[in-house]
Amino acid sequence: MAKRIEVEDLDVYYGSFQAVAGVSLVVEPRTVTAFIGPSGCGKSTVLRTLNRMHEVIPGAYAKGRVSLDGVDLYGPGVDPVAVRRLVGMVFQRPNPFPSMSIYDNVAAGLKLNGTRNKQELDETVERSLRGANLWNEVKDRLNRAGTSLSGGQQQRLCIARAIAVRPDVILMDEPCSALDPISTLAIEDLIGELKEQYTVVIVTHNMQQASRVSDRTAFFNLEAQGLPGRLIEINDTETIFSNPSLKATEDYITGRFG
Amino acid sequence: MSTSNLHFATIKHGGDRSFRAGAIAAAVVVVLLVLFVGVFLAVLAIPSLRRDTVSFLTSTQWNVGTGTLQFGIAGLLWTTAITSVVAMILAVPVAVGTALLVTQYVPPRVGSTIGFLIDLLAAVPSIIFGLWGLKLLGPFLGPFYDWLQRVLGWIPLFGKGVESTGNVLTASIVLAIMVLPIVSAMSRNVFAHTPRDHIEAALALGATRWEMIRTAVIPYGRSGVIAASMLGLGRALGETIAVMIILSQTTTEGINVSLFAGGETFASKIANNAQEFDSPAKTGAYIAAGLVLFVVTFAVNAVARVVAERRVS
Ligand SMILES: Nc1ncnc2c1ncn2[C@@H]1O[C@H](COP(=O)(O)OP(=O)(O)OP(=O)(O)O)[C@@H](O)[C@H]1O
Ligand SMILES: [Mg+2]
Repeated sequence: MAKRIEVEDLDVYYGSFQAVAGVSLVVEPRTVTAFIGPSGCGKSTVLRTLNRMHEVIPGAYAKGRVSLDGVDLYGPGVDPVAVRRLVGMVFQRPNPFPSMSIYDNVAAGLKLNGTRNKQELDETVERSLRGANLWNEVKDRLNRAGTSLSGGQQQRLCIARAIAVRPDVILMDEPCSALDPISTLAIEDLIGELKEQYTVVIVTHNMQQASRVSDRTAFFNLEAQGLPGRLIEINDTETIFSNPSLKATEDYITGRFG
Repeated sequence: MSTSNLHFATIKHGGDRSFRAGAIAAAVVVVLLVLFVGVFLAVLAIPSLRRDTVSFLTSTQWNVGTGTLQFGIAGLLWTTAITSVVAMILAVPVAVGTALLVTQYVPPRVGSTIGFLIDLLAAVPSIIFGLWGLKLLGPFLGPFYDWLQRVLGWIPLFGKGVESTGNVLTASIVLAIMVLPIVSAMSRNVFAHTPRDHIEAALALGATRWEMIRTAVIPYGRSGVIAASMLGLGRALGETIAVMIILSQTTTEGINVSLFAGGETFASKIANNAQEFDSPAKTGAYIAAGLVLFVVTFAVNAVARVVAERRVS
């Protein structure tokens, strides 16, 4: 299931504006990698190139190579829709489909894949909700609207929706930034469990969170507004937080940034 | 306590008050106007309704020239309803389809050009639509009508109607084109405002464009489209000139349910006979018919409003 991601010399543009330059990194299977860095340095941008979600923004395009277990995601004949079925995504703001029940939200991806078998759907919905640590809270009200849940529950619902299609990789863009501390902890625990099966990449502004949940940390920075963001340093999380090799990284982590 | 120098400023709410008064006054005037129109119609219609010797709601007769009054609206109601409903059946899919195309598929620049062209239809006067339907569209579709009737003639809906092409179907097609701009513009508006979050949620799950539209855009826009269709329906029900020009009047009693039938709608009936408003009794009969149209359109618009409001919450 879990797969290795390789990014080589990635440049990303929004129209004529270059947002990211020269990013190369490797994410090993069954690990959690955190992207940290100041606002605007291109963390979300890089994350979205890992499942080609940047392409839904008009004018956005990427150069370079992103591969999943050696297969180029941008190769000729690769359908971005197929890429997104292998590489799922969870967003900053919980975004369950408002017209759908809890059950239907989780089943949405499967139905896209053409699964109609009721029993198979039931099983997957339960497995995914359990996987997202939400089952016990919602098992008696699966037919209620997904939006009737609390923010933290909605975010776990979105995670359940993402894992329901059994992706290889799960991308998370600041998944806890709209949540209270308790819900945040619930999601952090969940991330720890997810990495047993999936490759996880998470963007976060919270240093403690990065150090708590991730195995590897990538620090991005930009020299000045208007210049492209770059990957400054990537290493084991422990090393990054205890003994970073670059001054810029240390300054950012210790809050002496800027 | 006495040493406290906390001081609340005196705020002048004069602007708030006068704006409030003005707004309330305007609202009252509008409501009174509607009530006044309703009451006015009722007062003029009631004496004639009292003298009506047939059932006003179920009769299809319309004889108001001679001494006794015989008038019923069943035929008018049928023709009004069938032309409008068929118009909506034709217009809504086209409006929704183009709205999805314009907002979800084509580049924004192309989309707004197509939208602009559809909006231009709203600028065509109804008399032009009427003439076009009568002289061009009807004759052009004649062979197709003949074919339809040959193949599907055993279904009453496609049974024998009038000789000319000035039939319900032609009127419906023209009405469909006339309501297209309003339904399309409102649908485009709701679809264009589908939250980015919902769209990205669907795409990130591996939805194709069409699947994204089905899971995110359509559910979000559904009630807006229903409200738009209701407003379009209200417009179709009351359309006068175009229908009056197109529809052949018939003399046969009863209701012919065929799409190839002629007939008259509430509006076209009244307009066709404007020169007959010479006695209060006759006028009252037409006004009674008008009152029914008024109530029906009012109800349709009210439903549209309720649906549109519900969308917001
Ligand atoms: N849709 C877009 N169109 C144009 N420019 C964009 C778009 N999204 C991001 N950018 C630009 O690309 C650069 C990187 O943005 P990105 O969102 O990747 O930063 P980020 O590191 O995720 O920041 P944050 O921590 O605030 O989320 C910024 O300069 C931003 O202005
Ligand atoms: Mg971001």
